Amino acid sequence: MLKDITLGQYFPGDSLAHRLDPRTKLILTVIYIVTLFCAKSFVSYGVVAALLVTGVKISGVAPKALVKGLKPILFIVCFTAALNLLYTPGDVLVSLWIFKITTQGIFTAFFMVLRITMLIMGTFLLTYTTSPIALTDGLETLLGPLKKIRVPVHELAMIMSIALRFIPTLIEETDKIMSAQKARGADFESGNIFQRAKALVPILVPLFISAFRRADELAVAMECRCYHGGEGRTKLHVLRYQARDYLVLLAYLAVLAIVLILARFGL
Amino acid sequence: MAEIIKTENLTFSYPADEGQEPVQALKGVDLSIEKGSFVVVLGHNGSGKSTLAKHMNAVLLPSGGKVWVAEMDTTREDLLLEIRRQVGMVFQNPDNQIVANVVEEDVAFGPENLGVPTLELQKRVSAALQAVGMDEFSLHAPHHLSGGQKQRIAIAGVIAMEPACIVLDESTAMLDPCGRREVLDTVRRLNREKGITIVLITHHMDEAAMADRVVVMDNGRAVMDGPPEKILVRVEELRAIGLAAPHTVELLYGLREDGFDVPLGALQVEACAKAIAESL
Repeated sequence: MLKDITLGQYFPGDSLAHRLDPRTKLILTVIYIVTLFCAKSFVSYGVVAALLVTGVKISGVAPKALVKGLKPILFIVCFTAALNLLYTPGDVLVSLWIFKITTQGIFTAFFMVLRITMLIMGTFLLTYTTSPIALTDGLETLLGPLKKIRVPVHELAMIMSIALRFIPTLIEETDKIMSAQKARGADFESGNIFQRAKALVPILVPLFISAFRRADELAVAMECRCYHGGEGRTKLHVLRYQARDYLVLLAYLAVLAIVLILARFGL
Repeated sequence: MAEIIKTENLTFSYPADEGQEPVQALKGVDLSIEKGSFVVVLGHNGSGKSTLAKHMNAVLLPSGGKVWVAEMDTTREDLLLEIRRQVGMVFQNPDNQIVANVVEEDVAFGPENLGVPTLELQKRVSAALQAVGMDEFSLHAPHHLSGGQKQRIAIAGVIAMEPACIVLDESTAMLDPCGRREVLDTVRRLNREKGITIVLITHHMDEAAMADRVVVMDNGRAVMDGPPEKILVRVEELRAIGLAAPHTVELLYGLREDGFDVPLGALQVEACAKAIAESL
């Protein structure tokens, strides 16, 4: 049951979006977000939307999966929309008790919803087309210069990749502990929320103890394999930018420029 | 022949909790392991065999006495990386020693730490995977592999550092019989074909039968040391320290007690069957 959980939400594929260097995709995502925040009105939003749709088409990711990803943030979207709708000052359109809905409010709320959903979809496109390992790798190289100001970039990347490596192991272990506790008569399925939360204690305690033991053993095993931090480490696969990376980057920058120009004219 | 690992009057005590006597796990072990040999260290739980193994690549440092790895004193911190490169370690739990999400990345972990250049790395990784017969799995995720396959990956990770010696610290204890067979066949082949010294720590007597040399540990000391056909037949002495002789020897021993004239030294099943057939 627990084994079915997927983390990182990666859809393997072989599209252009999949083959781009993870660093490029990270930079593209940042440019995309900047562009999105520069957009002022219908025309510029339209340009960004066109960019997003092109991205989704190229990646071959099912639009359904993108929409599904929006579910967890549905509340935040509605909440922001409602606040913007009700609290934006301007020309009053409808007045209801203490709430006033203004024309400006309707526009702000609409664009806010558009902005958040497009933001989430754009970043999902990154995680859907990039494996967690590639993502970690890309982040490590991209943030490499920060090592100079003593940001532990390598250590953070190592923590991330070990966490990813151990997720399936720990899930398997949780399954085992749950079965063991069930065999001893534990009940996880009935009772109110507090009773259920309490029933989790006999799972969490052994899980934590075993996780610490694993961490200890892994640390020794890593030391035995000459691990001594990121200094002087080489890599099996070195990331290299290809021509396509530069081309896509140029396209994104062009879109950013267009949106900036449009924003100047208030479009 | 030159020795790869040498201990001299090695003692070790684990630090004790307050108010308790420190536990002395090793009480003076003198051992030298020759290059290219296949040594099995036997002992029941708490005999000090794992503690001894952890001294062989400076995971633990001696409380007293000395340990040399390829003539390097293990207490010298500046030589630590070279010592650990020379003597690779494979542990008991296969899950807790695999670092990466992809098999080939995990095998590359050791040499990456040593700063091996990328081109050479790729060669070493594929050679190491080939040596353990796992080359077709190079892009698999480790958690989808069986226990025996995971241990072979761990061995490949050690081989990629081009060590002179591999220490297997009860690496077969958590495996099913199939997995054990896979791992044992792999290390035996590495020993024969590549001349890598193998130190196998175990409590399975039948694994001892395939070694060149058997060292029996009891209560922090090496109490017996010699070729398997000389050591494994000392049935009573082995029993006294909580070990059972291999099934074949036990059978022959039982027959002898019942008055049959059979030799004790037949360790393999075929040899045992032949010995019994001849005496009939």
